[in-house]
Formats: sequence, C-alpha cells, structure tokens
Amino acid sequence: MPEVPIPKEKWSGKITEVPLSSDISVGGERGMPFLSYEGLGRRQLVAGEVIDDPEIADFCKENPVDQAKAWINECGVDLICLKLLSTDPERKNTSPEDAAKTAKEVIDAVDVPVIVYGCGNEEKDPKVLEAVSNLCSSERLIIGQANENTYKSISAAATANGHGIVAFSNLDINLAKQMNILLNDFGVKLDNVIMDPLMAGLGMGLEYSYSVNERIRIAALMNDRMLQPAMICDSTGAWDAREATDDNPLWGDADERGMWWEVATALAALMSGADIVIVRNKNSAKIVYDAIRDLRGE
Amino acid sequence: MPTAIEIFKFLPKSNCGKCGFPTCLAFAMQLANQKVKLSACPFVSDEAKAALESSSAPPIRLVSVGTGDKKIELGEETELYRHEKKFFHPTCYALTIQDTLSETEIDSKLNEFSKLEFERVGQILRLDMIAIEDKSGNSETFSSVCNYTASKTDLPLVLISSDDQSMKAAASLISSKKPLLHAANKNNLDKMINVAKETKCPLVLKESDLSELAAMVEKAKAAGVEDLMLDLETSSLQQVVEKNTIVRKNAVKKTFRGLGYPIITDARNVKDPVQTAMVSTMKYGGIVLLEDLKPSQALPLFVLRQNIFTDPQVPIQVKSGIYPVNNPTEGSPLLFTTNFSLTYFTVLGDIEKSKIPAWLLVVDTEGLSVMTAFSAGKLTPEKVAKSLEDVDAKTKCGNSPVIMPGMLSRMSGKLQELSGMNVVVGPRESSGIPKILKNL
Ligand code: SF4
Repeated sequence: MPEVPIPKEKWSGKITEVPLSSDISVGGERGMPFLSYEGLGRRQLVAGEVIDDPEIADFCKENPVDQAKAWINECGVDLICLKLLSTDPERKNTSPEDAAKTAKEVIDAVDVPVIVYGCGNEEKDPKVLEAVSNLCSSERLIIGQANENTYKSISAAATANGHGIVAFSNLDINLAKQMNILLNDFGVKLDNVIMDPLMAGLGMGLEYSYSVNERIRIAALMNDRMLQPAMICDSTGAWDAREATDDNPLWGDADERGMWWEVATALAALMSGADIVIVRNKNSAKIVYDAIRDLRGE
Repeated sequence: MPTAIEIFKFLPKSNCGKCGFPTCLAFAMQLANQKVKLSACPFVSDEAKAALESSSAPPIRLVSVGTGDKKIELGEETELYRHEKKFFHPTCYALTIQDTLSETEIDSKLNEFSKLEFERVGQILRLDMIAIEDKSGNSETFSSVCNYTASKTDLPLVLISSDDQSMKAAASLISSKKPLLHAANKNNLDKMINVAKETKCPLVLKESDLSELAAMVEKAKAAGVEDLMLDLETSSLQQVVEKNTIVRKNAVKKTFRGLGYPIITDARNVKDPVQTAMVSTMKYGGIVLLEDLKPSQALPLFVLRQNIFTDPQVPIQVKSGIYPVNNPTEGSPLLFTTNFSLTYFTVLGDIEKSKIPAWLLVVDTEGLSVMTAFSAGKLTPEKVAKSLEDVDAKTKCGNSPVIMPGMLSRMSGKLQELSGMNVVVGPRESSGIPKILKNL
C-alpha cells in the first residue's frame, strides 16, 4: 500500500510567547495555524469587547464593569478588551484621569487579563494610555494601540509599569515589520509586544488581511525576528458591513447574519495566524471559542 | 511538464527525423517547451506515452460535474497560499434533498434553495449544487427522485448512496447530466468503480485513512476511472485543516502524487456545519456538502468564498458612478473617492456612520487607492471634474459642497476652477468623515 507522507515543513522560527497574566500566555506556534504536526503553541484566545461608555455605542447598554462581568459570566471569555472610545475629542472627550479610573474599575472587577485600547486619536491616545498604565501599575496589563506616531510615549509608560503593548500597522507586512523595528530600536522587548496588522471585516477587504497575516506568519516561521510577535485581530470590524446588519428579507434574520459575519471574520483571522481575536457578540464569541478548541483537536 | 531530459529518456534515440527535427533530443526540447505534440514521433511506445502523460498532468486533476453553463470545475490548483498566485476554482456548496420527500416537498426545497442568490460588487453569489440522498434504501424511489430533481433544476447534482445497485439505477437514468457519485468506500469499491465506468460520471472515493484512500485511487485509475474526488471523512475542524492540507500540499509540492484530486467535505452530519464549510473554504475544500443553509448563513459564507478566491493581483473594483448614501436628495453634499473596493467600503461605512444623507462619487482609478492613484496620475483634477459633470453633480449638490480626500488637498484649487463647484478639503483619514459632514 502507498504510504502518504505528512508534508511537515521544517521551519526555523517560532512565534514569541507573550504572558498576559501570571498563568495565561499566547503564541509559541512552530508552524502554520492549527497544524498539530508542525507545532500548535498556546491556545488562541477570545477577547470580549467592552466599550467605556454605553451612551456612545448603540450596541451596548450596560456600564463597562457590567459589560465585562457579563462576558465572564455568560461566555467565559479568556480576556477583556476595553476600548476607551469616549476619550475621543470628537465624542465625549473624557479626560485621561477619568478614563484611567474606568480602566481600573474594569480590571479590578474581573480576574481575566485585560487589554486597554484608546480611541484611535493620535493626540489623545498617548495621554490616556499613559494615565491608564500609571494608575494600574500594579497589574499586568496590555495597552494599545501604538502606531508609528504614538508609540514613544505609550511604550515608555508600558515599559515603566511592566505592561505589554499592542503595535498597530495598516494592512501591510512591511509596515508591520517597520512598527516592530521602531519599538525594538526604542528599547521595547518584543516578547512584550502583540501586533495588530488590521483585520478587515468580511466583505470589506478581508482577503487583504488574510494574506498579510499569512505572509507575516510565514516570515516569522522563516525566522524573521521582527515579525515574530504574537498577533491580535479585531473581528468587530465585521459589524461595519451593511450586509451584516441591514434588514433585508432576502438576506435572512439580521441578528443571526451579523453573528455569522463576525464568526467568518474571526475564523479567517484565526486561520491566517491570529493568536487573539476580539469579538463583540456573545453568540459569536461562543462559536469562535468552540471552533478554536475543535481546530486544535481539544 | 517534464523536462527535455526526462522526455528524451522515453524516445527511441534513433534520430530518424520523422518528427521533423534532426535528433530525438531536439524533438524532446521542443516538446518540453510545448511547441510540438508527442504524437509527432510515430515510434513512442504506449508505456512511454502513459508515463509522459502522467508526469505532465497537473498536480491536481481538473474534474467537472454537471453540464451546461452551471457546470462546475474543480482542481488544477497550484498554490498553498493565495498570495503566491491565486486560488483558481472557488469552493462549491451543495444542499441536500432526501429521497423520502414528496414531489411537492422537493419543489418547495428547490424553491428555498433558489433564493440563496445574492448580487455583490458585480458578481452573482449563489448555491452551486444539489445533493440527493438515498435515505429510503429503495432503489426505485432513489432513481425516481433523482430523475425528478434532475428535471427540475439545472444545477449539477450529487447522488449520495452507498448501495451500488441504487447508484447504478439512478446514475444511468441521468448520466447525461453528469452527476457526481458519492461515494465508493472500502466495501463497495469495485462495484462503484464499475458504475462510474459505465455511466462515465465522476466518482467520490471516501476513506478516512489517507494511505488506504491512495490505494483506492490506484484501483480506480487501473480500472480507467480517473474523474475522482476525495472525501477524507473529516469529523472535526482540526481534521479538515490537517487532512486537506496534507492532500493539497503533497500534490502541489509533488511530495506524493497519488491524491491529486479535488476534496469534498461532507458537513451534513457534523455538529458545526457552517464553521466546517467556512474552514473548508479557506483550506482547500472543493465541494462542501451541507444539509441546509439559511440565507443568514449563506450570505456570509458566500462572501467569505468570494473574498478568499479573489485574485490578489486584481483588486476588486467597484463600478464607478454615483451612489446615494443615507437617502440623499438634491442639495446633499457629495464626497468622491476611488474605485478600489477597500477604499470605497471604508468611505461608505464612514458616511453611513454619520447618518447624514450624501452622494458618494466613485471615480475610476483602475482599482488604485487615493494616494497611489494620485501619484500614478489616475486621479487628476481634470478627471474628477469630468466625473462630476458626467453625474450632473451641480444639480445633485445644489449649494452643498464637494468634499475631497484630504490627501489630495493640493489639487483643490484646480478642481474648484474646473468644476465650478464649491470644493471642501476633507479629512486625510476616512474616519474623520462623520465629523466634517456634521459640521457642514
Ligand atoms: S521521430 Fe521520434 S525517433 Fe525519430 S527523430 Fe523524432 S523523436 Fe527521434
């Protein structure tokens, strides 16, 4: 009988392991996603999205602490991603001090690791994240997103307080690498960095992200140190697609469709190399969590 | 294609010149470059012919199911990752009809299935195939349901039965429609191969152990049945990823040639059919068999397939022209952007977020993004002014301004002059659009 070989690739590099708390880490893969014969690494994690102020987001109703608790109690998510969107000068312009207090409350309320994001405004984010990092200096925390214009103050605060950072780049393997080089040159240890190469939602450029992620993973496995940090992908961009949420009798139930839209985005992120996926909907979180287990043969 | 030296080994080396070339080696070189046909040499042995044909065969055989313009083709893939070139044949989805259903029930199922059709960025996304399952265990019932269904749809069919008699009866009736036979297993292998041979229909070989499966492929090929697909009996997402990868990678990297056929994933009885279909779509699945799909599942699944099978060298372009967003009226502001789909979707999303009625003008930049198009001279003030005129922007906007991408600020003066409209420089990042619209 013919013997079918297992075409295991002899990669020389591996994804860096990043500790998120004293007992949870991500990364460590020695092969392409979910190939157990190449080396699975740590389990991929699901992060539940929490918005700091329900008044600015029509998809959440509770205060951030209750949102975080609901994620833990109803879904058992691995971690929380708190987005301090209200700090945006174009929204409520919440002060860095108040935002930091919110972050502290959320962190104190849950016993899973927390990632804290700013609002994406390049002038405000460094101030907000610095305040968060300083106020929560006794906790292990990941803050982000740092980009080429904001990384200095964000990573200085993170390094001083023993926090990790999320490095953001705009859908391009070279920019992702450049961002990590900047951080490395600035003295940030790359085993404290998680990279976010921008996950485009389903139907909105998902294929670009899918290929950028795959290329990053391949380069990392070929031992490009500057592309070896673990990867985080935000699947909540899926909800921006009008096909995900519009009411249209021909497209079926909108709630269910939105859920699958987010699941498809998260699965594409995972299949192309994500170590952490951020999700918005509790049902999609459960499906993605189960899919990760199933993909790993657990 | 084999190299000239590989071909040369099989030639008589008599340099007789009958092929039109002075030497066998010269002929071999022409053949390697696909300039001539092997048949030009009258002295090649059958054995040599077979050997050369198989080594010049694509690593994954092209297999088609069905007839007419809904016919599907799978195989001839050459890549492991889409960025290396592209994935050629999109995954096909088949939904199931049980042969225990009445004709009215079948009609209504087919009607439901036909609703799974959506138009998106100029492409039609729809269901590809219908599977008919032998649940009755009765050969006559199965045949007549297959025959009935075949008369009601022009989609390619998959016939599902493990009984060779039932399969033979049904396949013979509708063999002109070239249905896919699912499936031969270890126990019925010889008989199913015969059915496929007699009906000239493509055949699925089903076996979870890949080495066993390769042995089954050899048997089928020896019997002259080559239009094969492989059901790897995957029962978890992990198995889908791993087994599909082993089969695909061995084929395209030529580390093992015996499994170079399209893969069919049977997701009818798994606990998470939609997730299985999504993973199989991303990881080399040719056909995915499903019990059913709701529109709310089908649309995201089909869009995922559309995304993954997009040619990475050819960005999806949006049709140029004017798009109403949030129900604009005459006098609403107008924003313009490029026809690169990613740019378009981002800008569209941000205008929608603002909830402010506006016109979105998409200028044809051959799929380039704003900055690239500008640098390449594909987004000039002249071109934008012309597009504005083509869509009669003056009437549409009334006294409202034209908002231009912030990155193009240096052409604002010229555009204002050419168009005769009030031009406002917008934000550099699309995310700033809601703010500028609110502050108009
Ligand atoms: S016809 Fe055949 S044998 Fe004769 S020279 Fe050509 S290749 Fe050689």
